[in-house]
Amino acid sequence: MNLHLRGGTLIDPGAGTERQADLFVAGERIAAVGTAPSGFVADRTIDAQGLMVMPGLIDLSARLREPGFEYRATLESELAAAVAGGVTRLVCPPDTDPPLDEPGLVEMLTRRAASLKLARVHPLGALTQGLEGERLTEMAELAEAGCVAFSQDDRPFANLTVLLRALQYATTFSQAVWLRPEDAGLARGGVAHDGEVATRLGLPGIPALAETVAVAAILLLVRETGARVHLCRLSTAGAVDMVRVAKSEGLPVTCDVAVHHVHLSEMDIGFFDANCRLSPPLRSLRDRDALARGLVEGVIDAVCSDHAPVDEDGKQMPFGEAEPGATGLELLLPLTLKWAAATSLSLPAALARLTSGPAAVLGLEAPGLGPGAVADLCMFDPQAWWRVEPAALLSQGKNTPFAGYELQGRVRYTVVAGRVVHEATGTI
Amino acid sequence: MTGNPQLGASGELRHLLSIEGLPRAILVHILDTARSFASVTEREIKKVPLLRGKSVFNLFFESSTRTRTTFEIAAKRLSADVVNLNVATSSQSKGETLLDTVANLAAMHADLFVVRHATSGAPHLIARHVAPEIHVINAGDGRHAHPTQALLDMFTIRHFKGDFSRLKVAIVGDVLHSRVARSEIHALTTLGVPEVRVVGPRTLIPTQVEKLGVHVHHDMATGLKDVDVVMMLRLQNERMNGALLPSAQEYFKWYGLTPARLALAASDAIVMHPGPMNRGVEIDSAVADGAQSVILPQVTFGIAVRMAVMAIVAGN
Amino acid sequence: MSLPDAEALLQQLAAAMRGEVDRGTALIGIHSGGVWVAERLHGMLGLELPLGVLDVAFYRDDFECRGLKTGVKPSAIPFEVQGRDIVLVDDVLYTGRTIRAALNVLFDYGRPARVRLAALVDRGGRELPIDAAFVGGVMQVAGTDSVVLGLGAGGRLSLSLTGSDSDG
Repeated sequence: MNLHLRGGTLIDPGAGTERQADLFVAGERIAAVGTAPSGFVADRTIDAQGLMVMPGLIDLSARLREPGFEYRATLESELAAAVAGGVTRLVCPPDTDPPLDEPGLVEMLTRRAASLKLARVHPLGALTQGLEGERLTEMAELAEAGCVAFSQDDRPFANLTVLLRALQYATTFSQAVWLRPEDAGLARGGVAHDGEVATRLGLPGIPALAETVAVAAILLLVRETGARVHLCRLSTAGAVDMVRVAKSEGLPVTCDVAVHHVHLSEMDIGFFDANCRLSPPLRSLRDRDALARGLVEGVIDAVCSDHAPVDEDGKQMPFGEAEPGATGLELLLPLTLKWAAATSLSLPAALARLTSGPAAVLGLEAPGLGPGAVADLCMFDPQAWWRVEPAALLSQGKNTPFAGYELQGRVRYTVVAGRVVHEATGTI
Repeated sequence: MTGNPQLGASGELRHLLSIEGLPRAILVHILDTARSFASVTEREIKKVPLLRGKSVFNLFFESSTRTRTTFEIAAKRLSADVVNLNVATSSQSKGETLLDTVANLAAMHADLFVVRHATSGAPHLIARHVAPEIHVINAGDGRHAHPTQALLDMFTIRHFKGDFSRLKVAIVGDVLHSRVARSEIHALTTLGVPEVRVVGPRTLIPTQVEKLGVHVHHDMATGLKDVDVVMMLRLQNERMNGALLPSAQEYFKWYGLTPARLALAASDAIVMHPGPMNRGVEIDSAVADGAQSVILPQVTFGIAVRMAVMAIVAGN
Repeated sequence: MSLPDAEALLQQLAAAMRGEVDRGTALIGIHSGGVWVAERLHGMLGLELPLGVLDVAFYRDDFECRGLKTGVKPSAIPFEVQGRDIVLVDDVLYTGRTIRAALNVLFDYGRPARVRLAALVDRGGRELPIDAAFVGGVMQVAGTDSVVLGLGAGGRLSLSLTGSDSDG
């Protein structure tokens, strides 16, 4: 299958370039830019006038809910949502049921995901058996089965010795460890940021300290072990500062932020809006601004959707009892554009947080638009305004704090390995 | 979600979920109306026909005989039919039970739900899901709010002090876990009390509570100095020895309201407590039963205030 | 149209009542205009029992559509109602619904021997079988207008017309 994408603006975040040119795809790869290679016959020509053409988005945190939570979402529904959002590659946490702690589970998941021929799926393996925080998993085996790194997800470790051993063991096999920094004791029982809003609404608080104390401990362990650690979904200004210092000292640390934390704060909880029940919690305005700045500076390497589809029963509860999480795959691009518009970054530099940034975290080559690059592409209309209607989302999870928001930027086509896997029909 | 979910299109009180965000005029309307209901409760026949034919469902997901009883008496004095439900909370799928329970009761033609729930925000959730002709009154949710308690306390203060605009009020004790404290703070500041203090050890004072417009004291000597009203909070048993407080004895020694501490307040200060009291833990019996205590009048006024709230809400 | 002088009506009402009330008769004014009229009558008739005051807000038959408005005042009957000769006093007698409500309030205090009604003005338009024993005067008013009693400086009473409807 040969594709001719005509007249689009090519955004190559890796190269930092933006220019209008035709793009020619032959088979799974980009064949040429500008002029067609000799003998090229397009099977399909897409009019990309007015569209931005960029490498497909890489989302470092998207829950697909399989296995175990198929009533919430399925690979079919969530991978369709992914490509509808321009996401061509995603990392899924091991918090399934059972958790991804056995090679068989990982193989089944990756095989089923691959058979759908939508977005590419990279599972994170469980760092401890059953994610119970006590016994290590067979990381080397799991890596061979397809785990891209290892994570404890949101669950606590029995003690820091387990974390220390896990880092040492993972490093033995050159595996990266992804950690969501939160001290379980300090966070226990909390459902919202321990600040003004939690005080006003009488919600048990999770102090910012729960995150910064954990980041401090992790950074000391990294210094000790040399382990390659990725910190997932930072939520506090303090953590951003600590990572900035650690990076300047050359520690092998990366981090990401969930896109809702770049836009929202505790104030958005309003009168107990369960769609704002998130983990980590929405923090203060100061934290939000520090996260947005950290992403500009590059202290934060990537922005992710932290996609967490929750069924209606899980959200139709009093705030503290509601299931945490928000659906996000289809909102990742427009929300990132919204952040970018408020910064001085060029579009390619901003979109690097969705492409080359996360690729580097995964140890992948920076995705590009040059000849020979894999044709994983996202084509979006940067002018299109649309209103977030939860019912219209493809994800089975309709839970989003952005319901009713007017956002700019809409994905029109998504290409994975040279195949058009998503096409938005009509204009909205 | 914008706007106050308690208020209707023209600003009328449709539900009473929290004191927060209610205009002063609504609070004054409730207090004024309660005064008329207080005169009714002094008659031979203590009933008025206002809510005849209406059904009030006392929906208590957390048991509280006292509060439920005062709502029941208030509803009966308004001639409403009262149904009491103590809904046991299963640890699983509480929310499902909550909205399902409410939907079932609404189908039985409930007009007004009085809701007590252990989780902050539960009455808001119910109010969002009931049909527009059904009203919800919060009888206490988690640590969030207990608006009728705050209103009856405002009624009590007005009864004994007349005017809010020159008062110093101290709220003493476990502010962190107290829905009563949060509602009192909003009520006092809305009614124009110029100085509201919260007093307690650092472990029991919530983060950034000063953003609610209060002054924070950790020492009873400065906290009670010259105040006109001392509002004591109940210290729950499970908080008495652990990471928040070492012991009830130490708490009483430093934060218990004794006659000597009360002497720091204005000489005509009144002492209030939402009940039930822990004598010898947060309050000395000599104070609880003393001349400055208005704890029993609080209970009496509670019925008239709850009648006023139900009548106003049901009429909107 | 020109409205009658409230002070003159008050004199006529007092004249009508004189000889019909005695030491054992109690006056009860209906909040708020009725209380002003009752206060004046109480002095003019030289009655001994203290004046009673009723607010009918909790007994109104239009609660369903109007709700509970602000300005409710406590009722106060400072004498035994049981077996008493009582005159209810209101400013404007119209549909009769307020009087119906007032009777219900009254009977929740006890069983009077007799209840009569005194109104400063009877504007007609009755919707219930209620009539006044004493009236200061009768006037015809369009159904869309309401007659309102005002209390001026020095306690002087006056009548005015407003466009909104009421059901006094």
